[in-house]
Amino acid sequence: MAKIDQTTVVRRVIDPAFSCRLSFAFWGRITILLGMPPAISPAIRRTQRKIRANWNDIAFSLTLPLLAVLFALAVGAIILLLLGVNPLDAYAAMISGAFGSVQGITQSIAKATPLLLVGLGICIAFRASVINIGAEGQIILGALAATAFSLAFRTLPDWLLVTLTMIVGFAAGAFWGFIPGILKARFGVNEILSTVMLNVVAAQILLALLKGPLMDTQGVTAGTFLPQSEQVPGSVWLPRLVPQTLLHTGAFVAVILAIVVYVFLWRTTIGYRIRAVGLNLDASRYAGIRVSIYQMLALTLAGGFAGLAGVVEVLGVTHRLLEGITSGYGFSGIVAALFGGLHPLGAIPASYLFGSLLVGADKMQRAMQVPSSLVYVLLGLIVLFVVGSQYYARKRATRRASTTVTTVEEEVATA
Amino acid sequence: MNTVVLTGIITSAIAFATPYLYAAIGEMFSQRSGVVNLGVDGIMLVGAYAGFFVALNTTASLGPMGLWLGLVLAALAGLLMGLFMSVISVTLKAEQGISGIGLYMFGLGLSSLLFRVTIGTVKTVDGFKPVPIPILSNIPVIGPALFNQSVVVYGAFLLVPLAWFVLERTTWGLKIKAVGQSPAAADSLGVSVNRVRYVCVCVGGMLAGIAGASMSLATVKLFQDNLTAGLGFIAVALVYFGGWRPLGILLGALLFSTITSLQNFMQVLNVGISPDLAVMLPYIVTIVALMFPINRARQPAALNRPFERGES
Amino acid sequence: MKTRSVLIVCVLIALLLSSCAPGAQPSGGAQPAGGTQPTAAPQQPAASGSKFRVAVVMPSAINDMAFSQSMYNALLAIQKEMGADNFEIKYSENMFNVPDATAAIRDYASQGFNLVIAHGSQYGPSVKEIATDFPKVAFAWGTDVNTFGLPNVTAYTAAAEEGCYVNGVMAAKLTKSKKIGVTGPVEVGDAKTCIDGFTQGVSATDPSIQVSKTWTGSFSDVAKMTEAAKAHIANGADVLTGSSQSVVGSIGAAKDAGNVLWFGTQSDQASLASNLVVASQVYDWVPTLKELINNINSGKLGGNTYTLRLNNDGLKVAYNSGYNLPADVKAAGDAAIAGIKDGSIKVQP
Repeated sequence: MAKIDQTTVVRRVIDPAFSCRLSFAFWGRITILLGMPPAISPAIRRTQRKIRANWNDIAFSLTLPLLAVLFALAVGAIILLLLGVNPLDAYAAMISGAFGSVQGITQSIAKATPLLLVGLGICIAFRASVINIGAEGQIILGALAATAFSLAFRTLPDWLLVTLTMIVGFAAGAFWGFIPGILKARFGVNEILSTVMLNVVAAQILLALLKGPLMDTQGVTAGTFLPQSEQVPGSVWLPRLVPQTLLHTGAFVAVILAIVVYVFLWRTTIGYRIRAVGLNLDASRYAGIRVSIYQMLALTLAGGFAGLAGVVEVLGVTHRLLEGITSGYGFSGIVAALFGGLHPLGAIPASYLFGSLLVGADKMQRAMQVPSSLVYVLLGLIVLFVVGSQYYARKRATRRASTTVTTVEEEVATA
Repeated sequence: MNTVVLTGIITSAIAFATPYLYAAIGEMFSQRSGVVNLGVDGIMLVGAYAGFFVALNTTASLGPMGLWLGLVLAALAGLLMGLFMSVISVTLKAEQGISGIGLYMFGLGLSSLLFRVTIGTVKTVDGFKPVPIPILSNIPVIGPALFNQSVVVYGAFLLVPLAWFVLERTTWGLKIKAVGQSPAAADSLGVSVNRVRYVCVCVGGMLAGIAGASMSLATVKLFQDNLTAGLGFIAVALVYFGGWRPLGILLGALLFSTITSLQNFMQVLNVGISPDLAVMLPYIVTIVALMFPINRARQPAALNRPFERGES
Repeated sequence: MKTRSVLIVCVLIALLLSSCAPGAQPSGGAQPAGGTQPTAAPQQPAASGSKFRVAVVMPSAINDMAFSQSMYNALLAIQKEMGADNFEIKYSENMFNVPDATAAIRDYASQGFNLVIAHGSQYGPSVKEIATDFPKVAFAWGTDVNTFGLPNVTAYTAAAEEGCYVNGVMAAKLTKSKKIGVTGPVEVGDAKTCIDGFTQGVSATDPSIQVSKTWTGSFSDVAKMTEAAKAHIANGADVLTGSSQSVVGSIGAAKDAGNVLWFGTQSDQASLASNLVVASQVYDWVPTLKELINNINSGKLGGNTYTLRLNNDGLKVAYNSGYNLPADVKAAGDAAIAGIKDGSIKVQP
C-alpha cells in the first residue's frame, strides 16, 4: 500500500479545488513507487523531506483557527467586562466545562454526533456545488419517520428494528432532500429557495402530527396535551456508552459513516462524478456527466444524512419525538462541515471541537450567570473570525502549491 | 366575503410585505455584486433593536422626530454590520455561506443582549402612524388598503422603482452588474471590484437594518428577542424567487405576504382549511410558483466567488 | 519552528486555565445571586437555617412575559422575602435544546443545589434519569403530572383552563360587536387548555357570541401574531386573547386599534397596554414553591404533584387597575371564580 503523501492530505483539507490538480499526479506516483527497487530512491528521499517540512504546515493550519478563536474571545472579554464579569473566570469555566470533566467530554461527543452526520451531508452537497440549507427540515423528517416506524413495528426483534428504523429515517430525510433536488434538476428552482421554504413546511408537519395523531396519549388523558410523542420502544434505544451521560453508540455510527462517505467520494465512480460536477460544471458536462442528476443525487444524500441525525437524536438522546428535536443542528452542522474543510474526515474533529465549543459556552453561562444571548454573540464572533482567518491559510497553501506542483510534475516526468 | 374583510386582507398584505421588500432589495444589491449575505436576519434584528431603543428614549422629548432618528440609527447599525460582513467576505474572501451564518448568530445574540441590558422587558412604542394620501385613499375597497399606510410602508414600495432605476439606468448599476457577472473583465476596465462589493454589501446591510426597524417601529411596534423569527432567510429566498430583479422581488414579496394574510383571514372566518395547512400555504405556493418558467433569470455568474486579481 | 511553538504555547495556556477552573470563584453576573462553587459533588441536604440554593432551567428567556418569566419572578419574590443571603438562585435560560438542558440539570445537581427546577415539559425524561442518580437532591418538574414514582421528584402543572374560563366570562360581557378573537400559537399544552377554557367561559355566558381562533404555528413569531390579531380586528372583533410569549404582538395590535380589549394569561400583561388589558390570569408559583421549600427543609424531597388552581391560590386573576371595569362585569368574574373554587362550575381542559 503506497504511503499517503502528507502534502496531498493537507492540501485536500484546506483547498478542495487543489485536490483535482494533484490527484492525477498522485496516482502517477503510486505506480512509480510500486515498481521501485528496494533501494531508497531520490523520489522517496524528496518525499521524506516534504513530509518533515509539512508538519509545519499542519501546525499552521491548526494554530490559525486557534488564534482566530482567541481573538474572538478577546472581543468577548470586552463585552464581559462591560457586563461586570471577570473574563478569565468565564473562559476558564468554558474550557473546563468542555474538556475538564467526563461530563463535558461525553456531552461534546454526544452533541458532535448529529453535527457530524449533518456535516457529512453538507460535504457531499457542497462537493457538487449545491448548498443544502434544508438540513433542519430533513432532520425533522428523519426523526418523524423513525418515531412513527418504531412505534408501529415495536414487536420486531431489536437488531432488526434498529437497522430498519435507521434506514427508514435515512430514506425520509433523503426524500426531503430529493424534493429540492428534482425541483432544481427538472424546473431549475434554486435550492436555497426551496430548502428554506421546505424547512418551514417540515416544522409545520411536525407540529401538526405532534398535536394530532402522534401525541402521547398519556398527555391527553392527564389533560396536559404536551407536544411530544409516546416514548419509542426500549428495544430501539441506542445504548449509552458511559453511564450517567448522554453519550450513545450513535457516535460510532457517525464516525464509521464519515469514513464510508470519504471512500464514497474519493474511491467510487459516482463520488468522483459528484466532485467533478462541483469542481468544474462545464467540463463535467462536456465529459458526458449528467450534471443535474448528480446534483440531485448529492442533495438527496445530504438529506438522508441529515435525516439520520434526526433518527440518532430520537433513538439515542430524547427517546421520543419532541417539538424542538432539531435544536438548530441544521445550521450548526453547516458550520461544523465548513470548519472541517468540507472533507468527511476533517468533519470528525471539526464537529467535536464545535460541539465542545457549544458545551463550554453553556457551562460558562451557568457558572457566570450571564444572559444566554452572550453565548450566541461569542459563537458568531468565533465563526466569523475563524472563517475569515482561512484567508491566511489559503495564501500560504497557494504559495506552497505552486512549488509542489512543479516538483511532482518533475517526478512524474523523470520516472 | 364583505368589503371590510377584503380591505383588511389587502391592508395586511401591503403592510407585512414591507420588511421583506427592504431586506430583499438590499440583498439583491449584495448578490448582484456577487456576495451572498445569509446574515440578513441578524442585521435586521440589530436594526430593529437600534431603532426601537432610540425611539423609546426620544419620542417623549422629540415626538415623531424620535421615530425618524430611530430609522436613521437603524440604518447606521445595519451599515456597520454590513461593513463587518464586507471585511470578512470581500477582503478576507471567506466562505460566504458560513460567514453569513456567523453574522446571523452574532446579530441575534447582540440584539438580545443589548435588549436585556438596556431595556429589559417588552415595551411598546406608538410608532409610525398611517398617513392617508388624499383622494387616493378614498377609492372604495383598495383605497384605504393601499393609500392609508405609514410612511415606512410607502418607502418600501417606492424603493422598488428606485432600485430598478439605479440598477438599469445608472453607471453605478452597470458597474454592479459587471462585477457580479465577470469581475475579471470589470477589473480590467478599471472598476474596483472590491469597492463595488463593499458598497453593495453595506447598502444591503443598511436596508436590512431599516427592514428591522420597519417592524419594531411601524408594523409590530415593539421589540422582543428574535423579533424577526427567520424572516431574513425568507427575504434571501425571495431574491432567488425574483430572479435578482426588483420587480420580481416585489411580486414575490406580495405573493408571499398576500397568501399569509389570506390564510389568517381564512382561519378567522373559519373557512374550510385546517390551520396546519393554512400556515404552510405561503411557503408551498412560493415553491410551486417557481416551477412555472416565467422568464427565469440566471444568477450572477460570480455569485459566492471571492475575487482575486490573477485568478479566473 | 515559530508556528509550532505558538501552538505549544496556546495549548499550555489552555491547560493552565482548565486546571485553574475548579478553584475559580466566579463573581456574580447580572443577577443578584452569586456564590462559590464547591469542586466535589456534595449531596448533603440543606439544614434549615443555612442558605437554600435553587437552580432553574427554562426553555425561553427570563423576560419572555410568559411561562419562564412567571417562574423566575416567583423565585425572585421568594428571594426578596427570605433575603439574598439565605436564598440563592441560579438560572439557565433559552434551553430549548434538550441535551443541553440535561447537561445543565445534571451540572446543577452535582453542585449541591437543594432544589433543581426543570421548568419545561420536554425535560421529563432527563429529570427521571438524573433524579435517580442524585437521590439527595430535590427536583421539581413541570408542566406535567408525572413524578416517575421517585421520592425526590415533584411534578407541577397549571390548570390554565380555570383562569381563562373566568376571562371568557368577562370577555363575553364586555364585547359589543359580539365577536371575540383568539390568537393562539400551536394547539398544544397550556395554550390549548387555556383557549378551550376561555371558549367554554364565553359560551356559558352568551352562546350567541362568535369566537374565532387562529393559530400561527409558532411559539415565538411575534409578527405573525400581530398579523393574526389585525385580521381579527378587521373582522370586527373588539376583545382579544391568546397565549405564549409571542402574544405581545397581539397586544400591540390591540393597542394600535385603540379600543380593542385584551385578556392575558401566564403573566400579568397589564404593563404593555395599561388601559386596554382587562385582566390576566397569573401563574403564581410562590405558594407551591414555599411548600416545596418547607418540605425539603424537613427532609421530604418530593413525591407530590401540584396543580395550580384558583382554589389553592396558584392561579390568580389579576384585574388591571388601569382599566375601568364595570361593576357588573367584575361581579360576573368574581362569581365565576367562586364557582370554580367551590366546584359548582367545572371547566374541561
